[in-house]
Amino acid sequence: MLDHILSILIFFPALAAMLGFVVNKDSMRSYGIAVATIEFFLALWLWFAFDGNVSGMQFMEQVALVPTFGINYIVGVDGISLFIIILAAFFTMIGIASLGETKDIKNMIITLLFLQMTMVGVFAALDAIVFYVFWELSLVPMLYIIGAWGGPLRIYASVKFFLYTFAGSLVMLVGMLFMAYFYYQATGQWSFAILDWYRLILPESFQIWLFVAFFIGFAIKVPMFPFHTWLPYAHGQAPTIGSVILAAILLKMGTYAFIRFSLPLFPDASVYFMYPIAVLAIIMIIYTAMVAYAQKDIKQVVAYSSVSHMGVIILGTFALNVEGITGSIFLMIAHGVVSGALFFLVGVIYDRRHTKLMSEFGGLAHVMPRYATIFGLMLMAAVGLPLTINFVGEFLSLLGFYKQSHILTLLAGIAIIVGAIYMLAAYKKMFFGEVTKEENRNLPDVNKRELLALIPLVIITVWLGIYPKPLLGTINTSVESVVQLMHEKALSEEAKTRIPSLNILINKTSAKEAH
Amino acid sequence: MLSPVNVSIESLNLMTLVPMLIPIIGALLIIVIDLFNSDQHKSLYVMLVLLVLGVDFVALMDSAGVFEKNGTVMGVFDVMLIDGLAILSQFIIVGASMLFIPLALTHKRFHEFSYPEFFALFLFMIAGFQFMVATDNLILIFVGLETASLALYTLIAMHNRDKSFEAAVKYFTMGALAAGFFSFGSMIFYALTGSVEINQIAAVLSANNYEDIAFVLIGVVFLLASLGFKLSMVPFHTWTPDVYEGSSAALAGYMSIVPKIAAFVVAMRLFEFLIHSGVVWLEVILYMGVVLTMTMANIWALVQTDVKRMLAYSSISHAGFVMAAILIGTTQSNSALFLYWILFSFTNLGSFSMLWISRQKNLPAHQQSDHSYDKFAGMVKASPVAATIMALFMLSLAGVPPFALFWGKMYMISSAITGGYTVLALIMALNSAIAGYYYLKLIVYMFMKEPVVEYDGRVFSANATLPLKTIIGVAAIGTIFAFLAVNQLLDFITVFVYNSGY
Repeated sequence: MLDHILSILIFFPALAAMLGFVVNKDSMRSYGIAVATIEFFLALWLWFAFDGNVSGMQFMEQVALVPTFGINYIVGVDGISLFIIILAAFFTMIGIASLGETKDIKNMIITLLFLQMTMVGVFAALDAIVFYVFWELSLVPMLYIIGAWGGPLRIYASVKFFLYTFAGSLVMLVGMLFMAYFYYQATGQWSFAILDWYRLILPESFQIWLFVAFFIGFAIKVPMFPFHTWLPYAHGQAPTIGSVILAAILLKMGTYAFIRFSLPLFPDASVYFMYPIAVLAIIMIIYTAMVAYAQKDIKQVVAYSSVSHMGVIILGTFALNVEGITGSIFLMIAHGVVSGALFFLVGVIYDRRHTKLMSEFGGLAHVMPRYATIFGLMLMAAVGLPLTINFVGEFLSLLGFYKQSHILTLLAGIAIIVGAIYMLAAYKKMFFGEVTKEENRNLPDVNKRELLALIPLVIITVWLGIYPKPLLGTINTSVESVVQLMHEKALSEEAKTRIPSLNILINKTSAKEAH
Repeated sequence: MLSPVNVSIESLNLMTLVPMLIPIIGALLIIVIDLFNSDQHKSLYVMLVLLVLGVDFVALMDSAGVFEKNGTVMGVFDVMLIDGLAILSQFIIVGASMLFIPLALTHKRFHEFSYPEFFALFLFMIAGFQFMVATDNLILIFVGLETASLALYTLIAMHNRDKSFEAAVKYFTMGALAAGFFSFGSMIFYALTGSVEINQIAAVLSANNYEDIAFVLIGVVFLLASLGFKLSMVPFHTWTPDVYEGSSAALAGYMSIVPKIAAFVVAMRLFEFLIHSGVVWLEVILYMGVVLTMTMANIWALVQTDVKRMLAYSSISHAGFVMAAILIGTTQSNSALFLYWILFSFTNLGSFSMLWISRQKNLPAHQQSDHSYDKFAGMVKASPVAATIMALFMLSLAGVPPFALFWGKMYMISSAITGGYTVLALIMALNSAIAGYYYLKLIVYMFMKEPVVEYDGRVFSANATLPLKTIIGVAAIGTIFAFLAVNQLLDFITVFVYNSGY
């Protein structure tokens, strides 16, 4: 069974979703929880069986799909994708478990299970077309979640979300087809397998164009400044569960794809674009932090802060060394946990008051002490307080980039600290002071169902903040091989110096062969 | 004194005529039945047509086998040309017709299906299209084209609505103009080269190194215009939305597939040598045509308020997309054309059939037109399965993987890249993104809006019967599971296209 564990992880939720049409709608919630829990334990089993000392792909499966054109169903995991898959399974589970009163709950759960298939598929795919299939397919359930359960502007928000990402990824598709064509020219065979592409060494001018094509697809998904405008709408209108999954998992597709595609395929172009992207990332950190400060709606604050922290992930990725990339992958998970939790928390208060305006609250700490504590803790984690999960990732990302540029890192560091202001200000407005509104006086504190989702997140936040080694070690091994591969493939002198050599022997022979 | 003409029957190779003769015989049979007993139910004729087409399909498989063994076969004084293109396109023509004809078994009674002539004309039309693709003789192409078109005009008019007459007359007028253009263009080529066979024309022209380039260009412009009318390329597309709106939804879906593949094959035969002749102007004209058709049709489709008109513009846009294959002119692109069109016929016929089963006889007060977007608002509440299937077709048309049309799109864009048309590849990709909007609009209406008036759900399947549902089911399954068949299709198509020298 372990040989096919990835395919099971991908298609089990989809199968369950189809069978779910038969389940009676009163029992649907239990069905959803059961399926998601099985999926989560399968994911844990994957972690258990995973060998953390191996840098390459594990549990690989290959089925021919369109062999004439080099398209095969290839899946596999390494340290980079493993934890994001587990995170996706985890969030779907607690997301379904904590689902409040929702209309059409059956459709919602079926949609979430389909979404889970596409999420796991994206992170497990090792063939560009299969990756693209899941990448595009993930838009459809999300479109439905935002469009059917969202706020008043939901249709505009969902269509904007879909079209933005769809347009970007079509440009990416052109890039992928180009890449396959280069492979065809070099070897006489079509192939969309990423591992095959890794062996291809392209001239710098081609690298730059292809990098741009892929970048447009990924950057819209992340979303990087100036392509971020769809995200506030999507978050603002999406139901709680939609925001949670969007922030925790879907955005990570973009940053993950940078590490899976852009860096190892185009090392020279990555170096070439390092500074422009770093500048964009820093603008993203500072600008969205400022915008977040100006928001009246707590959900928008969380949404913009989430964009802001995605900037740090990008910065770490484009440090192009082991510390930076490891940090950025760790931060992806940390960001998933923390911003997912924050969206949950916003959902909790929204369920009670049906408003997200901060001016409507105040003094909530008196009324809902447990809620205030958890919110405070998550907020500290979002700000990057040491001993919380975010700190580890942010620190490593910045440390990595410090090796490339002191000044930019300093700027980013200050921006993160300044970023704390809006979070603390928002917390002050909501929780401290006297209770000003009469409606707030009798709000019930978090209930059991909500705690079910929040307590595990709190535990993870603190546990991995104090002891991140179980994740970091595994991630590190895989990242080292990526960086080494980049160093070997790099053509220009500058790239060779920017990307450190680790003097470990991986794929060396195969890289030579392709040349 | 004239010496007697001696032609051996073997040299005529009459077997090449068999696939075209089968539908003609079938049509005559239907007329004869009507002669003796005129009060037959339409189901009889539908099944007869299906049987005839089935036999035709088998005959085609037979000639495909011959082609695989012996290569291109010529027949009847070398007028018939049974090569890979002819066989592939006939497969599409007959296959799509087999998917179309059961749609006549509607729940409601429609005027046209009560006449056996409808079915006879339908078979004559198929024979016309088959002749059109299975020859490189410009005169026979013309004859096939006119046979098919005249039959089709009548089929449209038989729908018996005000708009149908308008549509038929419009289509007829435009078609007559196109026919005029075609004969004029052929005449110029005949004057230049002394032949009406495309390969002869190519040989003569390349032998004299295109010295009369001005005349060649005039001839090309006329032929391009006439094919442009048939393919609904911008700026010759103006009839398309009106004609689609006027004809029944099922026939509109059929018209977006079968006449076009026939015209594509003619265009492929004609422009294959012209594109490779190195005359820059030709490429520029075709390039502009392709880009304009894709882009403008997409933009017009954005503003439509009627789903059928939207689909009409969308199919213009798809035709432009596929026309790019002829511009690129490589084996890969020509194979991509066939792959795309096979996948497209499933999806597009499916989506038009979805409109067809929701056809009402009388228009309710709140609806502007038969298939306005408003009608579909909140459809998921009333009939979730139908809404899901419709959404599936829309996603496939938009090119969302892994549904059918994505594979066609991908292979087509890839062929543009391989052929060195990078900018074109990007334009094609961006056009798919624009198109995403109007397909999404229908999904938004169906899944996210509240119904305008309360329906009981029967409205969306008012016209449905088991045969119609079966066809939709076949189309849906073809759309979802296309990825399993793409490899075989691709292998099959590539062999046929490559061995025909395209």
